[in-house]
Amino acid sequence: MIERSRAVLLMHLDFIGSFIFAADQVWIWLAAYCFVLASAYSAYTLFAGKFMAPRLTFGLVVAGFVCQTIFLGIRGHAVGRCPITNFCELLTFLSWSMILIYLAIGSSYRLSLLGVFTTPFASLLSIWALFQPEPQAVPVKHPVNPWLEAHTSFSIVACGAFALAGLAGLMYLIQERQLKTRRPSSVFFRLPPIRTLVVANSRLLWLGFGLFSIGLGTGFMIGQDVDWLKVAWSLVVWALYGGILLARSRRSMAARWVATLSIIVFGLLLSMFWGIRFISEVPPVR
Amino acid sequence: MNISCFGLSHQTASVEIRERFAIADFALPDALLRLRAIEGVEEGLIVSTCNRTEFYVAGGVSQLPPARFFEDFYSGLRLGDEPHFYGLWAERCVHHLFRVVSGLESMVVGETEIFGQVKRAYESAVREKATGRRLNKLFQKSFHVGKQVRSSTAVGRGSISVGSVAVDLAEQIFGKLEGCKIMVLGAGDTSEKMARSFKTRGARQIFVSNRSFDRAQLLAQETGGRAIHFEEWEREFADLDILVTSTSAPHAIVTVEKIAPVLRHRGDRPLFMIDVAVPRDIDPKVHRLDGVYVYDLDALQSMAERSMEARKQEIVGCDRLIAKHVVEFQNWVEKSANPMTNPGACLAPAFAKPTGAASCEAD
Repeated sequence: MIERSRAVLLMHLDFIGSFIFAADQVWIWLAAYCFVLASAYSAYTLFAGKFMAPRLTFGLVVAGFVCQTIFLGIRGHAVGRCPITNFCELLTFLSWSMILIYLAIGSSYRLSLLGVFTTPFASLLSIWALFQPEPQAVPVKHPVNPWLEAHTSFSIVACGAFALAGLAGLMYLIQERQLKTRRPSSVFFRLPPIRTLVVANSRLLWLGFGLFSIGLGTGFMIGQDVDWLKVAWSLVVWALYGGILLARSRRSMAARWVATLSIIVFGLLLSMFWGIRFISEVPPVR
Repeated sequence: MNISCFGLSHQTASVEIRERFAIADFALPDALLRLRAIEGVEEGLIVSTCNRTEFYVAGGVSQLPPARFFEDFYSGLRLGDEPHFYGLWAERCVHHLFRVVSGLESMVVGETEIFGQVKRAYESAVREKATGRRLNKLFQKSFHVGKQVRSSTAVGRGSISVGSVAVDLAEQIFGKLEGCKIMVLGAGDTSEKMARSFKTRGARQIFVSNRSFDRAQLLAQETGGRAIHFEEWEREFADLDILVTSTSAPHAIVTVEKIAPVLRHRGDRPLFMIDVAVPRDIDPKVHRLDGVYVYDLDALQSMAERSMEARKQEIVGCDRLIAKHVVEFQNWVEKSANPMTNPGACLAPAFAKPTGAASCEAD
């Protein structure tokens, strides 16, 4: 009797497991759903001047993050390496990295409202990931190259930090504009103080730059066919961020310009992410 | 519903009239006794503040003309007093009280002081055993409504004085003010108030500079700051975060030429300047510099007015909320009036009775 029950239970678990693994995209759908809900709720409370229940937004962000983690876990298990083998996984990993950094620094820098700007972007990335033509997992054919794993993961987590720096920059510009027009709206009093945003923007740029440098350095150690177009593009991005940070540390660039450039350079980074696949001659490493 | 309110307020009477009818705190116990002595008054409560004197009563005085009520209470009204009085009955009285407690009838819409004043008036009446089941329920309900109105609408939000607008802006630029270096240039009345506002919000480094050093020292002492000679204020400028100016200089004393070289060494630290002087002490072109925000008296005043306007716009929503509670209160009155539908109403009131509150039997 007990053995029969155990067999039935195992059969059920096997069935549920096979369903989850077969339909791993469900987790991106769920993550996107959580982020869209969090964005809608945050936007409503922010612009309608209502009291916000931060726990609800935070809970939805955490739920979305958990869903993304499950998706990446399943994919990682299926492909046998860090799950960045197609554009769908890349976008999910990017969104996951951004939320990871947000969860790590959001509360410590009193930037909980950064979530208002982070969640719409995370929703966009998740939805974009869902509509990619090659969403299925393809198992790895070659032995796993640790340098490649380090290169891809560090680079994408760095992009997550750059994304958050861009969002902090966007919030700074909104606050700055309202102060300059001398007619601040209720939104102004709900966003974080302008000085906090400058500090957060700067620290996120340094964090992203550090991680990107490690990603770049490990990229040279991969030892396979080098796609010089990707290398050149990465070096351009690295130099641009380095230039911004250098100018900032030498106090030769106003905070407004640092914020503007952190948005522009991230936009460039994101568009190159998408566009490089079409112009690159070397196929993606699997 | 035999609950009524007789009163006069800033909306119906000037301060000269209001002060004649005001009742001081120490005179309240006697006044409540006199109120209970009026024929037909079963329960009574007096709210007397600088802007209103109102008598809330339960009993058979509902249709009494307001002037007659005041004559009975004060005896010896003057000619011309009558138009300043008003009388409200039943649901209009309930609606009025809910609006008063919510700050909608106040001179400064949405202010919170009235809530405490009504609460103290209620506690006095309870102490003197002047209230009963109806007024207890009415006032406890009014406190619940007052809290709800403030928490679920924006009627109390936004600063409505120039000083608090400036301090709010500073907090929105720097976050906490503890670490900010503030300089007050010119020790006039407005800058003095501003310095005090900054101090109450946590500012610790306040420098005061004035042509008369004695005056600067006096203000510095009051705000826990440091006085500096007027000739030296520019030297302190490099690591300043907030500047408040209110000198009587005939021309701008803070110009782009003076500020621009200092900014180069400040990095991305913002500089907030509040100019409350007329004529202005700060050249308007300074506001165009990166990271510098100059707010003059007009800009601050306009923000305060917009906050007040926003509060007024919230009144419609507040009234909607209040109307719902008035209906609830009416239902309670109807239920408790009919013991068949609510047999326990008379013996066990459905509200928490504060210590010393008049009992149901006292009705």
